[in-house]
Amino acid sequence: MKRAVSLTLTFIAGFLMMADFFVPHASFRGVVAEVRQWGLIVVAFTYVLGVANVAQVHGRRISRRESDWFNSIVLVGSMAGMAGLGIFHSHDSPDSPFIWLFNHVYDPLSSTMFALLAFFITSAAYRAFRARSVEAALLLGAAILVMLGQVPVGAAIWGGEDAFLGGFPGIKDWIMSVPNMAAKRAILMGAALGAISTGIRVILGIERAHLGGGG
Amino acid sequence: MPGALLRKLEFVDRRWLFLMMACAIVIPLIFPVPLPIAVTDMVQDLYDSIEDLPEGSVVLVSVDYDPTGKPELEPFHVALFHQIARKKLRMVIVSLWSPAPPLTEQVIAEVGLETTYGMERGVDFVHLGFKEGRQIVMESMGRSLRQTFPVDRDRTPVSEIPLMQEVDKYDDFAMLINISAGSPGVKEYVQVVQSQYGIKMTGACTAVSGPDYVPYYDSGQMLGLAAGMKGAAEYEVLVGLPGSATAGMVAQSTTHLLLVAFIVFGNVMFFLARKRRS
Amino acid sequence: METFATWVSFALTLCILSFLYRDNPLYKFAEHLFVGISAGYYIALAYQETLRPNLVDELARGNLWRLIPLVLSLLMFTRFSKGLAWLSRWPLAFIVGMYAGINVGAYGRGDLIIQLEATMLDFLHGGWGGVSNFLLVAGLAASLIYFYFSKEHTGPLRVVSRVGIGFLMISFGASFGYTVMSRISLAIGRARFLLADGTIAAILVAIITVILVVWSRRTRSRPGEST
Repeated sequence: MKRAVSLTLTFIAGFLMMADFFVPHASFRGVVAEVRQWGLIVVAFTYVLGVANVAQVHGRRISRRESDWFNSIVLVGSMAGMAGLGIFHSHDSPDSPFIWLFNHVYDPLSSTMFALLAFFITSAAYRAFRARSVEAALLLGAAILVMLGQVPVGAAIWGGEDAFLGGFPGIKDWIMSVPNMAAKRAILMGAALGAISTGIRVILGIERAHLGGGG
Repeated sequence: MPGALLRKLEFVDRRWLFLMMACAIVIPLIFPVPLPIAVTDMVQDLYDSIEDLPEGSVVLVSVDYDPTGKPELEPFHVALFHQIARKKLRMVIVSLWSPAPPLTEQVIAEVGLETTYGMERGVDFVHLGFKEGRQIVMESMGRSLRQTFPVDRDRTPVSEIPLMQEVDKYDDFAMLINISAGSPGVKEYVQVVQSQYGIKMTGACTAVSGPDYVPYYDSGQMLGLAAGMKGAAEYEVLVGLPGSATAGMVAQSTTHLLLVAFIVFGNVMFFLARKRRS
Repeated sequence: METFATWVSFALTLCILSFLYRDNPLYKFAEHLFVGISAGYYIALAYQETLRPNLVDELARGNLWRLIPLVLSLLMFTRFSKGLAWLSRWPLAFIVGMYAGINVGAYGRGDLIIQLEATMLDFLHGGWGGVSNFLLVAGLAASLIYFYFSKEHTGPLRVVSRVGIGFLMISFGASFGYTVMSRISLAIGRARFLLADGTIAAILVAIITVILVVWSRRTRSRPGEST
């Protein structure tokens, strides 16, 4: 019974989404449109669940005074404050505290967190990127040619219409439009075949990993 | 090379490498050297596809990036709104990424859509805001945009918005322009929307995704694509308003040279050390 | 207020960048603040721009069909109860089914059929263009054969598979080149931001450096962990 309802819901939802492409009747499409709205709502609620989970984990850390519990207070407090401002005050007015926090706290923190990657790539380039095999050498060779072809200084070093093969930019363009295209298209098509078969298996209930069981 | 020196260079404290990278970024920004930016076919086609649209056409702009995508995508976003305003096109703006709406409002203010170009909100452009659901939202918009977004970002019912009386499905739009930092974005729009509804599509993406989306441009599913800061810089050149992307290309050049030098030097040391060991 | 906002943004930026020296309390504080603010932001937007117009307002208008997704969504919270946790799979099953149904058609049309059409290239004419087309088609076929794992890669299959690996490595190298560009763009964006007001940035760098040095000496740990 427990699993049967889950499998039935999966089948109905999947079947309706697929059938909508083929069935032109307005009444059927109206039903599917309404079901789609249900999907939007359920997905939006997953954020609420995620936040509840975070609050539970960090709440436990605070109550037990585990290591770093002060930072957990910062996390839970800022989460509650931001959510409260956005839900009970204004979430879109340019002068609102919510937007102020977005522009001057969320924006710089988010951007800088990912900007650290530039430095870690530098360290990895110096210490870890080794041409230990033919394949690795191909990868690094292509990477170097693309990195130089992408930037204006690459064209300044070796480029222009008269340059052999178009210089670095010309070689980069050829790499992107031939070998890269071939491999990426192969990956797209292979992944598409995999996604189609997995999707059908999920809808038919053969694949049950999302329900916590085997296939 | 003496073994001790080789080992010292091989295991240098990574913070020195960070410092070198920081210098490679900061120095060109303080002392910029103008470098010519060559426009590629992908970006030229993107620009031309928008230029070819008749005046008054309505385009659907899906803004799908967050602050991490700003350096690469905001310059394109700004230049795009300039081109749209100059061409006197009208637009409906939606987002599938929750951080995007405030960033869109920043760009609207920076470009001066209302103040400089005199565009009227609700008549010439509408900002419908964010909707959660990814591909479900894309499919839902295909059936009815008004049902998917019952109100705009200011909570005005779409039934009271003049522009929204003219558009409701993808067929009503002249083009879909997607500014995408990842998923959901270009890939999902091509799969769910472009391939099913045949709408003209173009857009910008972060450089990470650029190589993955080139097949979509080659197959004609996308009319053009601006990938990363370089793509945005090329687009700024075409629109005639060099901005932050163009300014960033010098620093991009020096850092790429530094990284290539690191890779080459690191491999030279590796092979020297291997030779010494054997 | 504008100056205070600048100080806050700069200080938080530099707190995150201090991680490049080593993991420290300033970075940990900024990291937790980031997680909290972003979680609060996401939930506020999910409510204001999806749940409120598509659920709350619809229910207020009398569309009682929207009670179904409300009930399904509330079932998600049964995962916190040991006895009723199995009910939390129902909304998940519904969503997974929806995405599976959408993706079957989407992948089939967008990534398979149209891409296959685009691969039907003329490589008998066109000089260098024809050669490139041939390489593209051959490379695609070789790459696809590499992904065929139902038969052991021996003999001619192994040779073709190795060619496919070569094409894949070149494409991964191209992706790496673009990824490097992307990551560095983020750092350039931050540098431009900080350089917009060099005085404030310099003062904050000095303050944070002093804090880190004092903290380093007090914890008496050795700096310079390797990659």
